[in-house]
Amino acid sequence: MPPFPTNAITRRDALRLAAGLGVSFLLPGMTVRAAGRRGAERPRSLITLWMAGGASQWETWDPHPESKHGGPTWAIKTTAGDLQISHLLPQMAEQMHKLSVIRTLVSKEGDHERGTYFVQTGYRPDPTVVHPSLGAILAQQRPGEGVEIPMHVSLATGDGFVVPRGGYLGDEYDAFRIYDPGRNIRNMRQRVGDKRQQRRLANLDVVSRSFRRGREQQVDDTLHEHVIERALAMMSSEQLSAFLLDEEPRAVIGRYGDSRFGRGCLVARRLAQQGVRSIQVVLQGFDTHADNFAGHESQCAKLDPAFAALMRDLEEHDLLDSTIVLCIGEFGRTPWINGLDGRDHWPLGFSCVIGGGGLRSGVVIGGTDPDRWAGEQDIPSKDRTPPADPIEVPDLFATILQQMNVAPDLEIITPIGRPLAFSTGTPIERLLV
Amino acid sequence: MKIKRVFPPLLVVIGVGLLTAIAASTAIRTERPELPENIIEDVTATAARIDDPMLRRWDELGIAPAPSADELEVLRRLSLALHGTIPSLEEIRLFEADAGPHRLTRWTAAMLNDPRFADYFAERLARAYVGVEEGEFVIFRRDRFTDWLRIQLGDRRPYDEIVREMISGRGVWTGKGEVNFVTAGFANEEFDANKLTARTVRAFLGQRMDCAQCHDHPFDDWTQDQFQGLAAYYGQVELSLAGIRDKSGEAFGLPDKAAEYLKTGTIATELRKRFRENGDGLRKHARLEMVAADRLWVVRDSQKIEENLEPRFVIRRTPTGFAVSSYEGEYFIEDRDSLEQQVVDPSVPFHPEWLGTEGTRRDRLAAWVTHPDNRRFDRALVNRVWGLLFGKPYLSDRPVDDLPDPDREEDAEETRVLDLLGCDFREQGCDLRRLVQVIAATRAFRMDSRAATSDPQQLEQAERAWAVFPITRRRPEQVIGAMLQANTVRTVDQNSHLFVRFQKFIRERDFVNEYGDLGENELDDRAGTISQALLRMNGEFAHEMAEEEPFTAPGRIASYSSTPEKLLENCFLACLTRRPTPEEAAYFLPQLEDDNDEPDGVVQDVFWTLFNSPEF
Repeated sequence: MPPFPTNAITRRDALRLAAGLGVSFLLPGMTVRAAGRRGAERPRSLITLWMAGGASQWETWDPHPESKHGGPTWAIKTTAGDLQISHLLPQMAEQMHKLSVIRTLVSKEGDHERGTYFVQTGYRPDPTVVHPSLGAILAQQRPGEGVEIPMHVSLATGDGFVVPRGGYLGDEYDAFRIYDPGRNIRNMRQRVGDKRQQRRLANLDVVSRSFRRGREQQVDDTLHEHVIERALAMMSSEQLSAFLLDEEPRAVIGRYGDSRFGRGCLVARRLAQQGVRSIQVVLQGFDTHADNFAGHESQCAKLDPAFAALMRDLEEHDLLDSTIVLCIGEFGRTPWINGLDGRDHWPLGFSCVIGGGGLRSGVVIGGTDPDRWAGEQDIPSKDRTPPADPIEVPDLFATILQQMNVAPDLEIITPIGRPLAFSTGTPIERLLV
Repeated sequence: MKIKRVFPPLLVVIGVGLLTAIAASTAIRTERPELPENIIEDVTATAARIDDPMLRRWDELGIAPAPSADELEVLRRLSLALHGTIPSLEEIRLFEADAGPHRLTRWTAAMLNDPRFADYFAERLARAYVGVEEGEFVIFRRDRFTDWLRIQLGDRRPYDEIVREMISGRGVWTGKGEVNFVTAGFANEEFDANKLTARTVRAFLGQRMDCAQCHDHPFDDWTQDQFQGLAAYYGQVELSLAGIRDKSGEAFGLPDKAAEYLKTGTIATELRKRFRENGDGLRKHARLEMVAADRLWVVRDSQKIEENLEPRFVIRRTPTGFAVSSYEGEYFIEDRDSLEQQVVDPSVPFHPEWLGTEGTRRDRLAAWVTHPDNRRFDRALVNRVWGLLFGKPYLSDRPVDDLPDPDREEDAEETRVLDLLGCDFREQGCDLRRLVQVIAATRAFRMDSRAATSDPQQLEQAERAWAVFPITRRRPEQVIGAMLQANTVRTVDQNSHLFVRFQKFIRERDFVNEYGDLGENELDDRAGTISQALLRMNGEFAHEMAEEEPFTAPGRIASYSSTPEKLLENCFLACLTRRPTPEEAAYFLPQLEDDNDEPDGVVQDVFWTLFNSPEF
C-alpha cells in the first residue's frame, strides 16, 4: 500500500476520497469479512492489555525472591520451560507457553504522560507533531473490509493519562473509547423512539440544506454530514453486538472476572472476532508508590483470570494465530522498596508479554539484577547501568507492525512537512518464526 | 425511617425555593455598552488601514469579496471567539434593542471587558505557553499559570511585560504563576533547556526551530549552533528551596600566557595565586582536568576528602585569553559526534543589540524576545489572535507558530497585514484588547461566509485572501459552551449563581475530555470524528441540554412563547443566533402546532436538530 501523504491532500480531496470509501463502507461485503475467516488466514488484530500507572515487573513477569529487594513475592513455575513468574499470576502460569516475555524494555520517560506517549507511539513527545499510536497506524494501514464499527477501540478507559491518538494520521483514527465495556455502548444508541428519531433526522436534513446554500463547498469540506452519515450507519449496524455480552454464557463472563477489565478482555475477543484491528484494554491502578504488594495482589487478581481466559478463549475460537496479544504499561517500578512499602517509576528495564499472531512463543529476552540497580539508587537516572540485552520500544513496535503486514520503516510526510517513519526500530528477530 | 422518607422531597422543596430566589434576585441587565467617541474613531480608522491592502489584493486577484454578514452573526462570532460560547437570548434582545451607531465596535469592547474574555483567552494562550499536559505535579501547576495569566489579561497588562515575566520568572511556582512557564521545561525530573528554548521561539517568535536542537534546520536558516546559543540563556536555571532561580556565573580572566601552565594538566602555583586573588582559594588536593583539548578545563575540588572531588570551576579559551567561571553557572552540551563536553555561551541568532544589559541571562533574553524592533514577536501574537478570532491563523496554510522570516521579500505581500497589525499593536503599548478590537472591526471579520463565487478555484483563492469568512470546525469547548448557553435564557457568566457556574465547569471539563481535547495545536485544520458525532447526537450532555425543564431555555421557551412562530424564532435565536428562514419556518411550524401527530418532545427535538446542524 502506498504511503498516505496526509499533507499533500486537501480537505477537498479527502472528501472525494471519503465519498468513494463511503460507498464501500455501506456495502455489506460479507464474503471477504474477517469474521468469516479462521486461523492464520485472517487479517491480524492486536489486543493490548494496558497496565496503566506502570505495573511492577517484580510482582508480575520478573520476580526476584532471592533479592533482598524482592519483597514478599515468590516465583512459580510455568508451562514455558524454565520461565518463572510471580505467584500472583497462577492462571497465567499455565498459559505462558503461548507467549514470550521481554524483561529488559528500556525507555527514558519516567513520567506518566510522557511515558504513556512513548510506549503508545514509539516516539518521545514532540510539541510540534502528535505521533499516531500503534493502534491508529494499524487501523489506518490495514482497514477492514465490511467492518462497520470502529477499527481502533480502547476499552475500560477513563481517567487515564493518555488516550491512544490518531495524531498526524487524523483524529478519525483516535481510539474509540468505551468506559464500561459490556455494560453499555456509550452514545451508540439513539435517545428517542424511532418516530422521533426520524423527525430529528428529517429536521437535520432541512437545516443542513439551508446552511449549505451558498456555502456548498465550504460546508462539504468540514465533512460534517459525511461524519453524521457514518455515525448513523454505525448505530444501525448489527456488528454493534460485539460490544455487548448478552450472547456470552455466564460461565464465560465469570472466567474473565466481573471487573471492567475482565469484561473488557472478553469484549476485546469479540471485537477481534469481528475484524476490529486494534483493541486496547486498560487496567487502571498500578501506580503503587505506597503499599506496592497489597496493590499488586488486587491488581493481579483482576489481570490473572482475564488474561488467562483471553488466551484460552482466543485459542478455542481459533483466533490466536491471527491475534497478537501484548501486555505492557508505560514503565516498570523501582527495584528498591521505598519507605511507604511502595515502588516508584522505573523506565530503565521493565517487562512486557507478547504472543499470538504467528509470533514465536516461549522466548524470554533479557535478565535484570535488582540488587545492582538498588546500589545505584542515589545516582541520577541517566548514569545508571543499562540492563544487559536492552530492547527498545520502537523495536517492539517494528516487530508488531511487520507481523501485521505494515512496513515499519514506511515514511509519511507529516503535516509539518517532515517525513516520519511509523517506527524507528527494527523487528526483533528472536520473536519472529 | 421517617426522616429518610421525608428527606428527598424536602430537598426538592428547598432546591426549588433556592432556584426561585436566584431567578428573582438576578437583575436583567439593560445597559447599553458605551465607548468614548475618539476610541471608536481610532479603531475604525485603524481597521480601515488594515482593510486597504486587503482590498488591493482582492482587486489584483480579481476576487469579489463576500458581502457583509448580518450583525447578529458577527455577534455570535465574537462570542465564540472571545468567550467560547454563543450569545444568550438575553444578550440578543439587548443587542437588538441597541439602536446606537457603531454597535458592533461598542459591543466588542464590552465583551473584552467582560471577565469571561480574560478567562477564556488565558486558557487559549496557555496552550501555546505551557501546553495542555498536567506535567510533574511536584514542580508544575498548570492551574496556577492560567490563573496568573487570567489576572494579567484582566488587568490589561501590556503583553510584552507579561512575556518578560514568564521568561525571567523566579520563585515558587505555586505562589508565582508565571514561574510555571519555566517549570514546564522540566521533563523526567530534570530541567530541559532545549524544550523551553524551542517553546520560547515557537510561542513568542512564531518560528519553529525545534529541529535545530539536533541538526541544522533542513528548510530554514536555523543552525544547531544558534539553537544551542539560545538554550544557554536558560542554562543557569536552577531548582532550589526558594523555587526557580539562576545559578551565578561570576567570572574572572586569565592572560593569554596562562596557556603555558594550563598545558601541564596540574594546578600551577600561578593559577592557584590567581584564584586566591579573586577570593576563591583552592585546596591542596584540587585537580585540573582537560575536557576539550586546549580549550576547556574543569577544576575539581572538595571541602574535605580527596576522593570526592566535585567540579567547581570552568576555564575556557576566549578570543583574548582565558575565562574562569563557576561550574554551576555554565551551560554544557555534549557534542553528538565526538561526545566531548562543550561549554556553550549564550548568543542570539540576530540583533544582539536588542539584548538587555542588566540582570540574569533570562532577563536579557526576555528583553531580546520582546524588543520593540523584534517584528517576529508582534507577528507571532497577531497571527495567533487572528487564528482565535477566525478559527484559522492569518497565514492559513502553515501552523500558527511557523511564520516565514520577516525579512523575506517574496512573502512581503502576504504578510503585510500581519506587519500592519503588529505595528499598531506595538504603538498602542502591546495592548491585546486593542488588537482584538481592531481585527474585529476589519471588513474581513464582518464578512459573510457565503462567497461571492462558486467556482472552486476562485473560492480557494478567496479563502486564502480572506475575501470570505471561513467555516471551521468548532473546538470542543465551544461546542459545550454553546450548548450550555443555549440551554439557558440568561447569560451564563460571573453573575450566574455559583451552582450554575460549577455545573458549567464540570460539564465543560467532562465534555471536552470525551469529545477529545485538541491539545496544544488547536488551530490546526482537522475534520470531526464519528465518536464526536455520536456524542453530539446521543450523548448525555446534548440530551440534558435540550430537555424541556422549568428552568432551561427549551422549557421556558416552550411555556412562554405566545405563538408557534415566536416559539420557533426563540429556538433558532437561542441556538443559532438567527431567525429561521421562510423555508425553515414553513417546514418546522406544522410540528409546533398543537395538533401534530407526535406532540412529545417537539421543542427538545428542534433543539437537538439545531445542536447537530453544521451551523451550530
